[in-house]
Amino acid sequence: MKLVCPAGNLPMLKAAVGAGADAVYLGFRDDTNARHFAGLNFSDGSARRAVAHAHERGCEVYVAINTYPRPAGWRRWQRAVDTAADLGVDALILADLGVLDYAARRHPGVRLHLSVQGSATNSEALRFYADAFGVERAVLPRVLSMAQVERLCEDSPVELEVFGFGSLCVMVEGRCLLSAWTTGESPNTEGACSPARAVRWVESAGGTEVRLNDVLIDRFAPGENAGYPVVCKGRFTVNGATYHALEEPTSLNTLELLPALARAGVAAVKIEGRQRSVAYVDKVVRVWREALDTCRRSPEAYTPRSEWMATLASLSEGAQTTLGAYDRPWQ
Amino acid sequence: MRLSLGPLLYQWSRDAIEAFYAERMADPVDVVYLGETVCAKRRSLATDDWLALGRELAGAGKQVVISTLALVQAGSELATVRRLCRNGEFLVEANDMGAVRLLADAGLPFVGGASLNLYNVAALRLLRGRGMVRWVPPLELSRDDLGDLLGEARRAGIVLETELFAFGRVPLACSARCFTARHVGRPKDRCEIVCEDYPEGLPMASQEGEPLFTLNGVQTQSGAVQHLLGHGGALAELGVEILRLSPQPAHMGEIIGRYRAALDGACAETAVDRWVTAPLCDGFFRGAPGMAAAPDP
Repeated sequence: MKLVCPAGNLPMLKAAVGAGADAVYLGFRDDTNARHFAGLNFSDGSARRAVAHAHERGCEVYVAINTYPRPAGWRRWQRAVDTAADLGVDALILADLGVLDYAARRHPGVRLHLSVQGSATNSEALRFYADAFGVERAVLPRVLSMAQVERLCEDSPVELEVFGFGSLCVMVEGRCLLSAWTTGESPNTEGACSPARAVRWVESAGGTEVRLNDVLIDRFAPGENAGYPVVCKGRFTVNGATYHALEEPTSLNTLELLPALARAGVAAVKIEGRQRSVAYVDKVVRVWREALDTCRRSPEAYTPRSEWMATLASLSEGAQTTLGAYDRPWQ
Repeated sequence: MRLSLGPLLYQWSRDAIEAFYAERMADPVDVVYLGETVCAKRRSLATDDWLALGRELAGAGKQVVISTLALVQAGSELATVRRLCRNGEFLVEANDMGAVRLLADAGLPFVGGASLNLYNVAALRLLRGRGMVRWVPPLELSRDDLGDLLGEARRAGIVLETELFAFGRVPLACSARCFTARHVGRPKDRCEIVCEDYPEGLPMASQEGEPLFTLNGVQTQSGAVQHLLGHGGALAELGVEILRLSPQPAHMGEIIGRYRAALDGACAETAVDRWVTAPLCDGFFRGAPGMAAAPDP
């Protein structure tokens, strides 16, 4: 299995390559990718340096152009595809039907991956993208159980990539309008979930309130660990009970599933986190490199080492991790 | 402009479903979408029951469209989608790309549901070429974006019916997790279809009591009810041909009647406040956060 790692900027890319990534993925500095955050991502020039750096060290580079263009922005997405193709990257990660069609026609030699934002969760959907655009790999939404991943590996006409570690989307990616509902900006169109401009922290004697476009998402007692406020990890009131009604602040960690994923035939594991720090990427990628190598040498004897789990937990939201939907009881 | 009744998004008993559609036979809706789109565990009506109901509604002069599950994962779910796509009688609304492939492969015309994420003309052209005859724009698309898109599609000679989600709690997200079962402390595999206790979903408010969302099994809906009838003129100008009204348990007939009368110019009144149990909103259409309510005129 290949280890696919996030690169939010050039130092992060170098850290990921140095720590043992088989591939890194990055986006351009605009709304053509799903991590459209201020100060993040690559200009044409830094992308060129990134590709050179990675390729000299035998690491692949994928470019995510995985948001959905509306008519007014269409040319920006075309330009992103052309730029990435000219850079000689190893794959484009796309979601929109129009962009996929454009890339397949205009750059037939370029390898295409279906982004998780394409929401493909069954073999017929995967076959659609394979037949229509020659997609060679798909990233699966974080909603499938381990048994469903195994089944899909048997039936899929394309290679499959799954999420291994990082922030956990509890909703099917590409189909979540919770941020748009609250702030007017969505992952699909703006590449932003819970945009920073809409976030407001309000300190009071009783603790801290966090508001998203004025909507109260959560209240934290003094000293309580407060993560980045996304709608799905807030505390709300249902039938008089106030709790994390959708999901708790937690990160996905599938380290213990590695032998099963490898046995199923999963082609690649993805680390989420282009918006995180260089140190984060360095630590996470080192743990995963070692785990993948250990698992490959002797899958039967493999168990995640406690120091790996401790390192990953310390880098997780709310310092806790979950198997998410891979584990049926989570559902 | 025609009116459609969207697929039932909630879990109701068989009796409740049959009573609801019996009342719709004489209502002025032109198109009725049938079938389970949210959760495959909801089986008040089996596939054959839906098809039989479809025949009754077709007999009453409605165009019947069978709507497929939005999140298709298990082999059994895919088998149901396959069966619905090959129903041999009714047009099908494809709610994921798997259904699109099955329908296109069989050379059948289809409706492209809102969750297909069709945001631009290239995407529309591609699916038009594969048999899509009608589409429902993404729920977050604004009037301005829709205007750009439909204008460009017309200039490109792409002939498609456009149907807009006009009334109801907006289906905003779906998950593998069942939030209703989670609320009552049950695992999804032993949910005992607890969502049937909430025929209009389970309201979820902020800690200040602001209604935000509605838990509906694996689906998360808006807390407020979207209501676009006040934009009727703008919708017609844009080229929208069908307005979709999403089923709710009470007063559906009144709401359908109000939409029909206002669109026909038979009544200047567009308000539906007294028939809904949540605040109204129209933010997405105005290019604002979806939950935003229309400013007072």
